[in-house]
Amino acid sequence: MPSFSHFFQILNETKGVFLKAMLLTLELTVVSIILGIVIGLVFALLKISKIKILELISDIYVYLVRGTPLIVQIFILYFGISGIFLLPDFWAASIALALHNGAYISEILRGAIQSVDKGQFEAGRSLGMTKTLTLRRIILPQAFRRALPPLGNQFIISLKDSSLAAFISMNELFNVATTLGSNNFDEMTYLLIVAVYYLLLVALMTLIVNRVELRLAVSDR
Amino acid sequence: MAMKEMIKINQLNKSFGDLHVLKNIDMTVFESDVVCLIGSSGSGKSTLLRCLNFLEKKDNGDIIIEGNTVNPRTDDLNKIREKVGMVFQNFNLFPHKTVLENIIEAPIRVKGVDKEEAITKAKQLLSKVTLEDKADVYPSKLSGGQKQRVAIARALAMEPDIMLFDEPTSALDPELVGEVLTTMKTLADEGMTMVVVTHEMGFAKEVADWIVYMHDGKIIERGTPDQFFNHPKEERTREFLNSTMLK
Repeated sequence: MPSFSHFFQILNETKGVFLKAMLLTLELTVVSIILGIVIGLVFALLKISKIKILELISDIYVYLVRGTPLIVQIFILYFGISGIFLLPDFWAASIALALHNGAYISEILRGAIQSVDKGQFEAGRSLGMTKTLTLRRIILPQAFRRALPPLGNQFIISLKDSSLAAFISMNELFNVATTLGSNNFDEMTYLLIVAVYYLLLVALMTLIVNRVELRLAVSDR
Repeated sequence: MAMKEMIKINQLNKSFGDLHVLKNIDMTVFESDVVCLIGSSGSGKSTLLRCLNFLEKKDNGDIIIEGNTVNPRTDDLNKIREKVGMVFQNFNLFPHKTVLENIIEAPIRVKGVDKEEAITKAKQLLSKVTLEDKADVYPSKLSGGQKQRVAIARALAMEPDIMLFDEPTSALDPELVGEVLTTMKTLADEGMTMVVVTHEMGFAKEVADWIVYMHDGKIIERGTPDQFFNHPKEERTREFLNSTMLK
């Protein structure tokens, strides 16, 4: 095990390169979460559409994504698609992560939407609101609030999953740590350092999710 | 008699799977009538009420709202629902919106009413149900009776011609029933056309113009409160009245 002073010395010396890598990790994560929410919402709505073919499409998507490892999905997008047209590394990784997240998010949102009392929908309809309007103004805001805790969980998972982008040579946190570690014959120090950066990011993310949860909980007080 | 027919139902039938819940229902509701639908649970009265604003789809028969035979496949049901307000047993207030936001939501989003105007109207309605001080409160802070009065104000904000009430006091603590019934009585006195599914016999006796008694998916008897409570014609009605009056 490296000594404390050694650890902090390296931590200090490498902070420039790690901060840059952290920024990339953050970009990958944020882009994949935002795209993932959009994809997840679309497939959640397909799933509850009560139109058989759309439900089936949603089922197949969720099955394919949940049924294969993320690293396989990243490689398929990176190597498979780049044979057809050139997909920049960043977008190959982001899209793979987004498609992956989307499947899990769609299940989270579907559950949350279905947990909203049917009476809410009927109340909206009874006031002359269309299905779409009722969904947008009445159901989704309530569903989103209920979905926040599991969504926060999913966001943390996708942050950590972004480390798999290292395997298509993206210089995000994990790649930088392993590269520097092996170059300096000091893997453990760099792994511990990268763990600290991940913990910092997760702390930040938890803080944000908690803030949003608190803000949305205003109607309970 | 030049009274306007607000609701007319001809030979309405409705089944849930094998369960035939509404059997050849005929009914007419005139303008400013208060009709109380009574009967034991499972008699089909709530289903009948829900058919009137098309939350349930009829199997066959005609539903004629203000002279127009409604075809749920081709007609814009949202337009019809604007004219037919509904109050639910479980209130169904929007928990993520304040009382005021609950009331102004549909007028603004559906009717395109100007926000300031909607707020002014909402405040008038809140004072009508004596809850003017609760405008900025969330529903979770209200008692059941207050929730139901907000729900009534919310339905009234769409300026409906007809109000449907689906057991509006059944989910309330006994001491809160009175305030809701008083609000409904005020509405009735103002000439609102109302169809009320209720177990409150006192309210039915006092406020209803017509009582419709349902059993097993059929209308067994209808009449004025005096005819119905004091001179029931059907044996089935007498049994029902005996069982409810004895408590």
